Amino acid sequence: MEEKKIYLSINGKEVASAPSQTILEVARENKVFIPTLCDCQNLSPFGACRLCLVEVAGLPKLVPACSTPVAAGMKIRTDSEKIDQYRRLIVELLLSDHEPDCMFCEKAGDCLLQDLAYQYGLKNSRLKGERRAALIDDSNPFIERDNSKCILCGRCVRVCDEVQGVSAIGFIGRGFQTRIGTPFNRKLNCEFCGQCIASCPVGALTSKPARRKGRKWQTRWVKTICPYCGCGCNLTLHIKDNEIVGVHSDSSSPNEGYLCSKGRFGYEFVHHPDRLQFPLIRKGGQLVRAEWYEALRLVATKFQEIKSRHGNNTLAGLSSAKCTNEENYLFQKFVRAVLGTNNVDHCARL
Amino acid sequence: MKKINSREEFDQLKKELEMLYNQNKKRIIVCKGTGCTASGSVKVIEAFEQEIERAGLSDTVEIKRTGCHGFCEKGPIVAILPEDIFYQQVSVEDVPEIIERTIRKGDLIDKLLYQDPKTKQKYVYTHDVPFYAKQKRIIFHHNGLIDPTRIEDYLGFGGYEAFVKAIFEMTPEEVIDEVKKSGLRGRGGGGFLTGLKWEFCSKAKGKPKYLICNADEGDPGAFMDRSLLEGNPHLVLEGMLIAGYAIGAHRGYIYVRAEYPLAITNLKIAIAQGQELGILGQNILGTDFSFDVMIKEGAGAFVCGEETALMASIEGRRGMPRPRPPFPAVKGLWGKPSNINNVETFANVPFIITKGSQWYSEIGTEKSKGTKIFALAGKVNNTGLVEVPMGITLREIIFDIGGGPPKGRKFKAVQLGGPSGGCIPEEHLDVPIDYDSLISLGAIMGSGGMIVMDAANCMVDVARFFLEFIQNESCGKCIPCRIGTKRMLEIVTRITEGKGEEADLELLQELAEGIKATALCGLGQTAPNPVLSTLRYFADEYRAHILEKRCPAHCCIALIKFEVDVDLCKRCGLCKKVCPAGAVSWMPKTAASINKSLCIKCKTCIENCPAQAII
Ligand SMILES: Cc1cc2nc3c(=O)[nH]c(=O)nc-3n(C[C@H](O)[C@H](O)[C@H](O)COP(=O)(O)O)c2cc1C
Ligand code: SF4
Ligand code: SF4
Ligand code: SF4
Ligand code: FES
Repeated sequence: MEEKKIYLSINGKEVASAPSQTILEVARENKVFIPTLCDCQNLSPFGACRLCLVEVAGLPKLVPACSTPVAAGMKIRTDSEKIDQYRRLIVELLLSDHEPDCMFCEKAGDCLLQDLAYQYGLKNSRLKGERRAALIDDSNPFIERDNSKCILCGRCVRVCDEVQGVSAIGFIGRGFQTRIGTPFNRKLNCEFCGQCIASCPVGALTSKPARRKGRKWQTRWVKTICPYCGCGCNLTLHIKDNEIVGVHSDSSSPNEGYLCSKGRFGYEFVHHPDRLQFPLIRKGGQLVRAEWYEALRLVATKFQEIKSRHGNNTLAGLSSAKCTNEENYLFQKFVRAVLGTNNVDHCARL
Repeated sequence: MKKINSREEFDQLKKELEMLYNQNKKRIIVCKGTGCTASGSVKVIEAFEQEIERAGLSDTVEIKRTGCHGFCEKGPIVAILPEDIFYQQVSVEDVPEIIERTIRKGDLIDKLLYQDPKTKQKYVYTHDVPFYAKQKRIIFHHNGLIDPTRIEDYLGFGGYEAFVKAIFEMTPEEVIDEVKKSGLRGRGGGGFLTGLKWEFCSKAKGKPKYLICNADEGDPGAFMDRSLLEGNPHLVLEGMLIAGYAIGAHRGYIYVRAEYPLAITNLKIAIAQGQELGILGQNILGTDFSFDVMIKEGAGAFVCGEETALMASIEGRRGMPRPRPPFPAVKGLWGKPSNINNVETFANVPFIITKGSQWYSEIGTEKSKGTKIFALAGKVNNTGLVEVPMGITLREIIFDIGGGPPKGRKFKAVQLGGPSGGCIPEEHLDVPIDYDSLISLGAIMGSGGMIVMDAANCMVDVARFFLEFIQNESCGKCIPCRIGTKRMLEIVTRITEGKGEEADLELLQELAEGIKATALCGLGQTAPNPVLSTLRYFADEYRAHILEKRCPAHCCIALIKFEVDVDLCKRCGLCKKVCPAGAVSWMPKTAASINKSLCIKCKTCIENCPAQAII
């Protein structure tokens, strides 16, 4: 059902919106930029970073655009001098607890904090004080966490809980020492889907296999489909010097940018020396490299031989979950119509 | 107790119990609140039991173990009824004498009477003792009379009458209206109109609805909620029942910190008794109103007192506030419409229903009605819980009830509202206090913490203390509170160490203003208050630390030289006597001197020097 439109104003300009939208959503639709750190696509509003605070006429306090629903007639200001001053202070506070490690950081060039520091020109913070020491957890093969870079936006925690349904990580401790970690500080032992890495706006969470192989924006991107299963998730391969050095998935794809551990981390086989890259035919006990037409012809001849000597039902076909629906359809068609048997099944049933 | 199923049975039971309590029987009231228990009241009670048995008075004299009387400092407290003789600091050894002389002969025991430290006058009756004389004890009235573990006691003093009146004679709308008209405002700190809040929740769509009692009581120093739950749990339950009926909730939660074991025990007893009697549970007193209460023990985080964090905690999640809207009235506990009130707020409700909003609204000021309980502490002669009408002045509380600073020291400021509050100096002591006047003075009512300070309290150090508390208790979710208060704490700490710079004051002001405007929840939004209020009234003290590297209160250790000013020294040698490190040398008729290599900077000499000669 189409929702009825309501009208409100942002920075003096009248805009229309659906009543169920947040101020942030309406602002974005209307190309009004509001800085955010903790807001993240598909995740519940969190209201933690306070960068999205805006003025609403008649309200005594600033309100977070990410969690406040719009109302008819609302008069919103996103760009007053006061707001700018507060945003600057918040970024300054973050930087006061952040080692300026951009030179070595995987995330440099693609980091929301770096962008904000650049935007506000905050080179020398007036706020000096204790900084959290580097607290690196790399106790697993995939995900490295450096809590000293973490801005505690809670995106990783929420994606793990709300999207993945795993809840492997959460907030620990209080005050300045608050950090993200596992219950009882155990070794991270989760599904390793890497959704947390993908949602981290800074360099606190990084993919270990991709480390120092090239920053995301320095690579050539090749859009493809994940080969592992029939879901067909979008994969964008990061290519550097003709080598896959990482992947990400497009958030506007059908899989909304979410991947499983295989899609996210399982690309190294592509360049593995043991990988089978052409057909082999056993000749005199030895596997010998062959051409595809040779190999296929050999298989077809053998099928025919078996069929005529032992009957159709001595053949069976077993398909793979890696295939798409269309491929599986073709496969069963081949088994039934060409091999002439109903002996067809699929590995996902085993 | 037998279950009662109708109003008639309730009235009958009440009549019987009231008769029992109206007899002018001799009663020995012994406080068994946490304070008096700590000072030995359990042993005193045992002694009374044995002594009464031995004296053969078991049939004529009754011992009552009550909740807190508020004057914990003078515990164990014993009162003798019906005369209401007030004995304080009673020990086991005093018990036989009390039985022999006061109970048998009606004589007074002079040494157990309260003596005013200033006037040296002694007082016999509770209501004459200055600590109680200016109080208006409505909410606390029963605390000193009833045994909190006996529902009979509560019923005997008119308990559950208000609830019965509400469900049999009033519609939920009428109850809400009555509470609205009374002008009752939430005692949890914010001062929101209770009736209005109930109305929001009652009108919210969605079922079931939940009622929550906030007994987290996280303000350091405040203990009125604990005292109410320990001393009169049925009063709070009755308030909750009325609220549940008004908003249409069938389940209530009490969120109480696990550090309050006695409150939890007494609450559990009270809930079990309520269920047994049929005041709680299904189809209460034969009506179609059902209500049950669950206790949720919290781990004692300050931030879990914030309503959205509290609800997250009940749900089993980490206690972190979330942005509002949605407000709890619309989307609260388990995503359902919920109403949350403070313990003391609920305790007010039964009185409003029985005595009427008219009666209630005559107490207090125009916009703040009723009484408020304060936890009076710090540099005053009488510390403890005091219940006073709104509109009383700070001077009356601190000087008439509290007896002013001890040993004739000079009053400097009073800190109100805990870590979210502020310090108020002498010149504003005559302002009638209510929610709004305190805010305009830079403090808040808060939950009612009241710490009196004298010349030896450094205002910069006070600000540092509260910032440290806030830093430790911040949930860490939002940036201004997590990092901002840390930076403020670092700056203020530097100032107390003599490392402050002039620019620090401006930076503090900017941080304070920024954090107030941007933090997510009340904790962060009010965290800068202690700094702002001390900067407002005591900027000179900050400057003395920064420019002269001097702490005028002789409090900040880094700024004390630990030297004797020979011109001021009275040559009394007291410092030598008290120094635990043997660092002071002194000969009669000569000025003392301190050996700095031995001195451990404990400040004992400074506290004891009659001439403030140690600088
Ligand atoms: C940091 C923080 C701590 C709080 N602690 C308490 C508390 O211990 N007890 C309480 O009743 N309210 C506390 N509150 C206020 C509650 O959020 C809520 O407003 C209150 O319980 C509502 O009850 P009332 O309307 O009866 O005052 C706290 C608020 C904040 C921001
Ligand atoms: S996380 Fe961002 S700001 Fe921090 S070091 Fe990395 S690139 Fe720089
Ligand atoms: S690790 Fe990244 S996503 Fe997770 S809370 Fe920290 S900054 Fe946010
Ligand atoms: S203001 Fe402090 S306590 Fe409140 S949400 Fe922010 S960090 Fe947590
Ligand atoms: S995006 Fe709204 S508070 Fe972070």
